[in-house]
Amino acid sequence: MKAPVKLGVAIIAALAAACSQDNGNSNGAPEASAASADFQKQLLKQLIQAQPGDVIEIPEGHYQLNRSLSLNVDGVTIRGAGMDKTILSFKDQIQGAEGLLVNASDFTLEDLAIEDTIGDALKVNEGKNIIIRNIRVEWTNGPSTENGAYGIYPVQTENTLLEGNVAIGASDAGIYVGQSRNVIVRNNRAEFNVAGIEIENTIGADVYDNVATNNTGGILVFNMPNLPQPGHSTRVYNNKVYKNNTDNFGHDGTPVAAVPAGSGVVINSNDYVEIFNNEISDNDTANVIVSSYFAAGYYSDKSTQENFDPYPEGIYIYNNTFTGGGTSPDHMELKALKIAKFGLTGSLPDVMWDGAVDKKKMVDGKLPDDLKLCIENEGVGIINVDVMNNYKNITTDVTQHHCSLKKLPQIVLDFDNKQEAPQEEQHAVNEVTDA
Amino acid sequence: MRKIYWGAVLALMLAGCGAPREAVTIHERNAIPDNLSDWHVVEAIDGKLALNDRVTPYDLNTALFTDYAHKLRTVWMPEGSSAAYGEDDFDYPVGTIISKTFYYPLAADGSVLKTDDYSQDFAGSGLNLKKVKLIETRMLVKRADGWQALPYVWNEAQTDAVLEIAGDATRLQLASDDGSSEGFTYVVPDANQCSGCHADNHTQKATRPIGPRARHLNKDYAYQGGTENQLLYWQQVGYLSGLPELAQVPHNVSYSDTSVSLEERARSYLDINCGHCHNPKGAADTSGLMLYSAEHNMRRLGVCKPPVAAGTGSGDRLFAIVPGSPDASILNFRVESTDPGAMMPELGRSLVHKEGTELLKEWIATMPGNCS
Repeated sequence: MKAPVKLGVAIIAALAAACSQDNGNSNGAPEASAASADFQKQLLKQLIQAQPGDVIEIPEGHYQLNRSLSLNVDGVTIRGAGMDKTILSFKDQIQGAEGLLVNASDFTLEDLAIEDTIGDALKVNEGKNIIIRNIRVEWTNGPSTENGAYGIYPVQTENTLLEGNVAIGASDAGIYVGQSRNVIVRNNRAEFNVAGIEIENTIGADVYDNVATNNTGGILVFNMPNLPQPGHSTRVYNNKVYKNNTDNFGHDGTPVAAVPAGSGVVINSNDYVEIFNNEISDNDTANVIVSSYFAAGYYSDKSTQENFDPYPEGIYIYNNTFTGGGTSPDHMELKALKIAKFGLTGSLPDVMWDGAVDKKKMVDGKLPDDLKLCIENEGVGIINVDVMNNYKNITTDVTQHHCSLKKLPQIVLDFDNKQEAPQEEQHAVNEVTDA
Repeated sequence: MRKIYWGAVLALMLAGCGAPREAVTIHERNAIPDNLSDWHVVEAIDGKLALNDRVTPYDLNTALFTDYAHKLRTVWMPEGSSAAYGEDDFDYPVGTIISKTFYYPLAADGSVLKTDDYSQDFAGSGLNLKKVKLIETRMLVKRADGWQALPYVWNEAQTDAVLEIAGDATRLQLASDDGSSEGFTYVVPDANQCSGCHADNHTQKATRPIGPRARHLNKDYAYQGGTENQLLYWQQVGYLSGLPELAQVPHNVSYSDTSVSLEERARSYLDINCGHCHNPKGAADTSGLMLYSAEHNMRRLGVCKPPVAAGTGSGDRLFAIVPGSPDASILNFRVESTDPGAMMPELGRSLVHKEGTELLKEWIATMPGNCS
């Protein structure tokens, strides 16, 4: 392991030297911008010349950057002095689709903030053993369609830990894990994004101890068509998911633009998802939505690969605490539905399901037990809006969902020493590893 | 010191006499010179950017767009070595040096010219430094363990270029034939961003040349000794082995050649501008959109394909390509944008390529079918 390189210290020393030669130039502004330009160049060089084992430390400070940063070397750690102390601001960014783009394995980023990038804040595109810890990504002007799309965005990664992060204001998802494998997302906070936390086309994710509030949708588990990897097997537990009622400010055409404001946990076209032990409250459309790609309104034979499976199957909802919610759904047809079924002062049940099932998989007119939507959650109601038949047979019969499913195994990351050992007796060994 | 001094004097004298120069020099990976001139590949000598002996210029059927910059591309290989032909990719010998110099024709008032006319740029075997503004020279050097990318930025006096691995940004004023003029920031990519495009296999991260491949090189070039097909010429000078019959070699078309089909022109344009990322192993495979030349599935090419993680780049449109409707197609939105959060390609341009975007518009406008 190489000695940590203290970037800011070197720059400050260099500037001090320059100033003393300058004999008291008291004009602060140009020096500040020269300092930022110097900082940017030094940081770019460090990232380009990094060697495996390097720790790049960025001291406390508010740094203006106008070009995106990238790292292509394995085994590097980038560390700030804290998410409110080391701030990389991209307010005047002129180039690059991200703030920081990483294509490397054994990468750790911790203790700094990335603000106001023009595109995504942090993208990790391929790599194994990724840790993103105590990072704040924020668009400081609050929710706006003009904001960048993704806050923290690992895609096509393996063994990924996202913990202690804060994501605010993303016009798509604050924390988005795409096409990855073996992921833990814990103890993060997502606020005022279109999607707070989104797991998409990912195989094996544990999402726990997070707070998702004031997003359009709190926690999303999606499968999109036309991608190399379909996802499955995600556990969403011990999270607080409340008041995700911010108007959808996503761009039309993006998958999240179809998410109704007031959505707590949303499962779309994904299989083997468990939602348990969460506190889910006051999400105005529904605390939990289970839907197919049909409900998103984008499905057609032309737009979707032949073997895409749009049906959410093997969904298991149990032991959550639901409070409030469903009182003021987004989207006209849902508003009308609520009033028709539950009256002006009533509310939609905690679980809304679009009712789409794969008829080809039915046996004697029923889905096999392991593909069902199962609910073991006291006092919880469901509404099946029957999307496949244009909302003709809307039902609220919860009894057909009284069933249980085999539980998914815990996600274990070798480098994660905070985690308890897997509890084999509690979590039955599940052969669902790669459907 | 003494040796370097005498070397410089000698080089100047030789250049003055038009006699041979110092030979092309391969510097080790960890001993990269600060000055481009130390490679002796392309050098400012006697009022021109001169190519050294055996440094061979080439161009491409359709080239990547970079803010209307003109480009002088060269290849050099160590004596006695040659690249082995491959249909998709040549296997270049260790020691190969590929250079690409970005420059603009110069107007009298110091602004740079937007023109497709290269004829005024050249003086004998190099660029006429009185007529052009040099911006940067990018070098790709083949090592035993892969290609190394090195960005050099030209000084104001145009005497030499200096290694800038962190890249650079320059304000330029671009003047058109019609008298209009627009300011823009020309951005020299940093060394990581070089590999962002040149690693067309994103998992392996290996940097590779994008342009000098069979389908891009398969065209005529006006060499000093006469016009000839570039691949045949490379074979003659010993730079290429294993070349099949030309009829068997793939070739892209010139995007501006109206004698060939719109489809071929558009696909050639997408291939060189987008295919290095939008291929099944490229950085953009996360999008499921494939724009390289070998893609034949229309949905993967974007027809009626919904976006995945386009964010701002969706432009509030529903599909990458809507047949017949370029104004409803995300692809057109992204190539017509200059917002770094939405535009495509993500790097290497601050301006819209009007001629290229018009071509893509025309292509999609004439595409049959619909998405409903």
